[in-house]
Parts: sequence; C-alpha cells; structure tokens
Amino acid sequence: MSSFWSWFIIIITIANILACFWLIRWTAKPRPNEGAATDTTGHVWDEDLTEYNKPMPRWWLNLFYITIVFALVYLVLFPGLGNFDGVLGWSQVSAYEEEVQEARAEYSEVYEQYAQTPIPELAKNASAMATGQRIFANNCAVCHGSDARGATGFPNLADGAWLYGGSPDAIKQSILHGRKGVMPSFGAALGTRGVEEVAAYVYSLNGREAPRAFVEAGAAKYQQLCVSCHGQDGEGNTAIGAPDLTDDAWLYGGSLESIKNTLVNGRQGRMPAQQELLGEERVHVVSAYVYSLSAMEDGAQ
Amino acid sequence: MADTPNYNDTVVRQFTIMTVIWGIVGMTVGVFIAAQLYWPALNFDLPWLTFSRLRPLHTNAVIFAFGGSALIGTSYYVVQRTCGVRLFSETLTKFTFWGWQIVIVAVAITLPLGITQSKEYAEPEWPIDILIAAVWIAYAIVFFGTIAKRKVKHIYVANWFYGAFIIAVALLHIVNNIAIPVSLWKSYPVYSGAVDAMVQWWYGHNAVGFFLTAGFLGMMYYYVPKQVHRPIFSYRLSVVHFWALISIYMWAGPHHLHWTALPEWAQSLGMVFSLILLAPSWGGMINGIMTLSGAWHKLRDDPILRFLIVSLSFYGMSTFEGPMMSVKTVNALSHYTDWTIGHVHSGALGWVAFITIGSIYAMLPKLYGKKEMYSVPAINTHFWVSTIGVVLYIASMWIAGVMQGLMWRATNPDGTLTYTFIEALAATYPYYAVRLLGGVLFLTGMVIMAWNVVMTIRTEPGTAKAAAAEPKTA
Repeated sequence: MSSFWSWFIIIITIANILACFWLIRWTAKPRPNEGAATDTTGHVWDEDLTEYNKPMPRWWLNLFYITIVFALVYLVLFPGLGNFDGVLGWSQVSAYEEEVQEARAEYSEVYEQYAQTPIPELAKNASAMATGQRIFANNCAVCHGSDARGATGFPNLADGAWLYGGSPDAIKQSILHGRKGVMPSFGAALGTRGVEEVAAYVYSLNGREAPRAFVEAGAAKYQQLCVSCHGQDGEGNTAIGAPDLTDDAWLYGGSLESIKNTLVNGRQGRMPAQQELLGEERVHVVSAYVYSLSAMEDGAQ
Repeated sequence: MADTPNYNDTVVRQFTIMTVIWGIVGMTVGVFIAAQLYWPALNFDLPWLTFSRLRPLHTNAVIFAFGGSALIGTSYYVVQRTCGVRLFSETLTKFTFWGWQIVIVAVAITLPLGITQSKEYAEPEWPIDILIAAVWIAYAIVFFGTIAKRKVKHIYVANWFYGAFIIAVALLHIVNNIAIPVSLWKSYPVYSGAVDAMVQWWYGHNAVGFFLTAGFLGMMYYYVPKQVHRPIFSYRLSVVHFWALISIYMWAGPHHLHWTALPEWAQSLGMVFSLILLAPSWGGMINGIMTLSGAWHKLRDDPILRFLIVSLSFYGMSTFEGPMMSVKTVNALSHYTDWTIGHVHSGALGWVAFITIGSIYAMLPKLYGKKEMYSVPAINTHFWVSTIGVVLYIASMWIAGVMQGLMWRATNPDGTLTYTFIEALAATYPYYAVRLLGGVLFLTGMVIMAWNVVMTIRTEPGTAKAAAAEPKTA
C-alpha cells in the first residue's frame, strides 16, 4: 500500500472515532436555555408525536467511551492503521506459523518414531493405525468413502486390486505425489461397431459371457489399440496405472454400458498429491493404514 | 380527521398487503429449505428446487420483498403524516410500487433458474439490478420530494432514518453491482479477488445496517410513540445514535472476512468499528423502550405494543451478539457455523419481522377506516406463536453453531482432528429439526395475520363484530 493510502486510512479512521467522541461530549452537555427533563422539545408531528430531551443514560455513555478506548488501544497494538503493523508485531500469518511450530514440537516425536518404522510393521501398531484412520477420515474419506471402499471413479482401497501397485512403497508414492490416470477416447478411432466389439471383448475378459462374433472381432482390435497399456492378456500395467481388465474391480463400473462409455469418451482420473498438505510423516502413517486395509485381510504382501 | 390533508394512502395499502403476502411467500420458502436440510430428498432431484437456488430466493424474498415492501409502505405513511403533506409525484409513486413488484417477480423467476451473480443478497443479474436502481431513485425522489414540500419545520427523527436508509441503499446497490454484461442474463463484476470480496461485504453488511436496521428504526420511531401515546425518550439520544450509527456501520463489513486473504488492516478496522457500533445500536433500543417508561402497564393489554417492544429487545440482543461475533477470537469459532444463521434470524425474525408486524397491526385499521384489527385475540395468539418460533429457531442454531465450531476444531493427542465433517453434520440434525419447527411456528403466525388482515378489510364499519370489539380497547 502506498503511503498516500496508508495515511488516508489512518486519517479517516481516527477522524471518525474522534468525531464520535466529540459528538457524545457535545450532545451530552446541558444547554443553558434548555427546559426541564419533563418538558418536551416543543416540536409536534402528526397531532401527538413529541419528544423529551432527557439526558442520555450514564451507563450507556460509559459503554460508548469504553468501546472507543478499546478501539484506540487495539489499533495501537494490532495492525489496523494503514501500513502501521501495531506494536505487538502480531499478524494472522505469524499467528498461524507459530501454531504450526507448536503443533510440530508437540507431535513430532511420535510421528518421527512412526516414520522410522517400515509400513508393514507400522500396519500392526494399533495406536498408529488409530491415528492413520483419523487422518484418512478427515482427508481421504471425501472421495474414497469412510470405509475406503471408494465410489465410481474413486478406487476401492480395501479390495486388493491396485491401479498403481499395492506394495507399501507404491501406496506411499500414490499418496505423496498423487496420480494422473488417462484413458484416451477411442470413439472416433473405433466407430460405433468397433466400440461394441471391443466393449464385448473387455466385458468377457473376466469370464463373463458375451456374443462370440463380437468378442472375436473385438479381440483383434484390442491387440492393435489397447494392448500397449492394458497388456496382451488385459492384466494392466501398474507402472502407468492401466487397470487390470480381468478382475472384478471396475473403477468406472463394469457394465457393458460403462465400458462403452469409457471407450467412447475416455476417462481422466486424478489423485491429488498430499505431500504439501499432510507432510511426509503423516503420509507414512496413512499409507500404512491404507496398506493394512487389504494386506491384513488377504495376508498378501 | 376532517381537516387532515389528502394523503396518498392507496400506495401504502398496496405495499402493506404485499408485505403480508411476500412475508408468507418468503417464509414458506425458508421453511421448505429448512426441511431440505433435514430431509435432503426434498429437492426431488430438480435443479430449480435445490437448496443452493432456493436459499437466495428465500433471502431475497424476505429481505427485499417482505422487508422492502414494509419499509417503502410505512415510510410513505410516515413521511406524509410527519410532514403534513401528500406524497410528491403520483406517477413516480405508482412506479415505485409496480416497479418493485416486477423486480420481486423477476427475481423469483430467475433465481430458481440458476441465473445469479453469486453475490450474497445481491444475486439478481444486471437487467434486474438496473430496474432496482431505477425504482430506488424514483423512491428517493418521492420521499425527499415530500420532505421538501413539508408543512412542518422540523424533520421528524423517523424521517432521518428512512432518509439515510434510502440514500445508503442506493449507493450500496449501485457500487456493488457494477458489472460488465456478457449476455442478457450473465455479467461479471468489475472487481476481482479480495477487492470483490470487500466490496461485496461492504454492501452485505450495510444491507444489514441500512436496509434492516436504519430503515426499521425509522419505522420504530413512528409506530412505538404512536402506539404508546408518549413522547420519545430523548431527542439528544436520537441525534447521537443516528450520526454514530450511520458513520460507523460503513466500516463494519470486513468482519465478514476475518482470517481470510483480506488485508490485516481492513479486518482489524472491521472488528473495532463493529465494537464501537454497540452503543449507537443500543441507543435506538433505549430510545424506543424508554419511551414506554411510565406506561409499562400498556404491555399487559396491548398485543401490538408487545410486538413492538419485544422487537426492540431482539434488536438489542442481536446488536450485542453481532459486535461479539466480530471479535476475531470469537469469529474463529463462530464463522461458517449455524451460529451465524441463528444471529441473522434473531435480527431478521425477532427485530425486523416483529417491528413490521406490530406496525402493520397498528396502521392497517387506520388505512381501511376501521377502529382496530378484526380480532385482537388473534394478534395475541400471533405474538405468542411467533415468539416461541423465534426462540426455538435461534436457541437451536446457537447450540448447533457452537457445537459445530467446537467439533471442527477438536483435536486428538496425536494432532489429528477428532471429528470428521460428516460427524459434525450428523450431530446437527436434531437442531435442524427444532429450527424447522421454529420456522413453521413463525410462518403459522404470518398466516394468522393474513387471515386477520383479510377479515379487517372485509368487515363493514358499524357491523356487530366491529361494535362488539369496541369495549375491548383500552
């Protein structure tokens, strides 16, 4: 803010406060030619509207003075008068940073300890998992659900099917840095008939029945267009987050309609990075929690 | 009454009837969205019935349709009688009534369709804004034109407040709605970022300060002394609280933006001026309530007076609560919770609606040449039903708000949040039910009023009912 605007703010602020002070003092003063408190001002409106001119209640005047004094003291102590920062040097940013420091100091010990524990081991620590569950509930449950079973477009984290791999490291990478999954649209490349065929083939990959002619034609097209990401057998590729098409986990729904929709329009999946928001230590704990959801049940590694 | 000037009461009658009608419409929408918060399925998956579209419809309907009609109607009634002359300009007067009704209908159609500027209390798009500005300028010409040709030397205090309200609302409305249209129903404000937020809340808070406070104080300064038949308590108090109120309200807007990207100095000024505002606000309450000193017994017999005086109590309460909530430390807890909703309604229902209802009960029989309202007991019933409704509403929202604030900030020993957002929401559910009940009661009161208004207008003077009612008057 330029010093002109700073002074502009300072002057009109102080002027308005002082004007209030003057207004009370000036109006509260008894006038020499004023009638008694029981007399009206002598003005009459609409036949019977009149006014007394009684003194203002003392307690009310004092209340007014107190708020004025408070305001002036506050504006000396805290930032308010233009560029003047206040003698306490307080600001909402410094207050925030101070609280963050305090929290760090208070909580860092336990998180540091967790950070040194490998994820599979941490997943067996009950109190760490209680913390992980709360971090999950407040940060992840919005999309993945409070039971972590996901929703259309948001992966189920408890079923053992992993787009980017279910190893402790892979999970932690996904949470720390986020993921971007892209399924390109093939509507134009395949045409209506082609979409029907490839959809039928993909539909059949996990053992479901589909018209044989469609499946065969679809398989040929699959080998040209889809194989580079989803692999020869449709088992996907966790390096790029290409889903396994042979299992029962369907991120966007496994009905024929959904598969066709995916083929025609493509899909954009986005897991936001949590490193900035949560910090590495908390990500470590919540990674262990997510890992525990499927690894513990299945006994898988 | 024979020598009274030829007042233009037609327009007052029109605005008064529309006040009651828009009150019922606006509050019905309010009750409906309160029910949606309890039963979310009530939006029936129709976009124009979603909470996000009906909530602005509710606020616009109760503030500008109900409150606006009440303010314009009563100001026309008051300014004529306290100036001793007929309203200035028949044509402009008619235009203010019909123009304002067209504005309301246009708002009621466009908001559910999703046509909005997304500025709180200033949602209507630019063509409607232009019409509002035109009506408002016409209103200012009628009001100040009438003041200019007054036959009484001194301008009555009610007119100071009505006048300040009219000038300030014109200024606020025009500045906040400066926008560049890109199509008939879409525009973008000329302000951006924190400046846009500041202009919006400079407008938003002064909509409270001048529309919902100064205007209704004007109403109070006429109908309270008229109903009590006693002089206003203190002329010098009127002077002090008028000038202090209008100069200080202008600063208070930033308290809506505490702990945001708004520069620190603006937040602090918003807070300290909100605190200084406490005494000037209470000045109005004291002047109204103390007018009754020596005539307290009238409260026992006169339900209309009860509406007027209880409105001042709610006014005092919400103008104490407001400055407290503007303190940064309190605001850190209260902001974004239902406490704010409770605070607004203690002002909107307890103060604005009560003073309006009392004033209409006092004025309506005079407008239609009747001695009093068709049913005085019904006024009493209305009073109690509404009072219970307001108390249920604000008490439930206080509890819900403080609870939400505490739940949102609660942390575990490991630094994680104790509650998820959904847990706080689930805990709020019972209070949403109580709030809904409070709203239903308040709306019921308005329906009783509508019945009483219709019956009063229909009753022929001198009929059995009118005669039977006479001995009851104190």
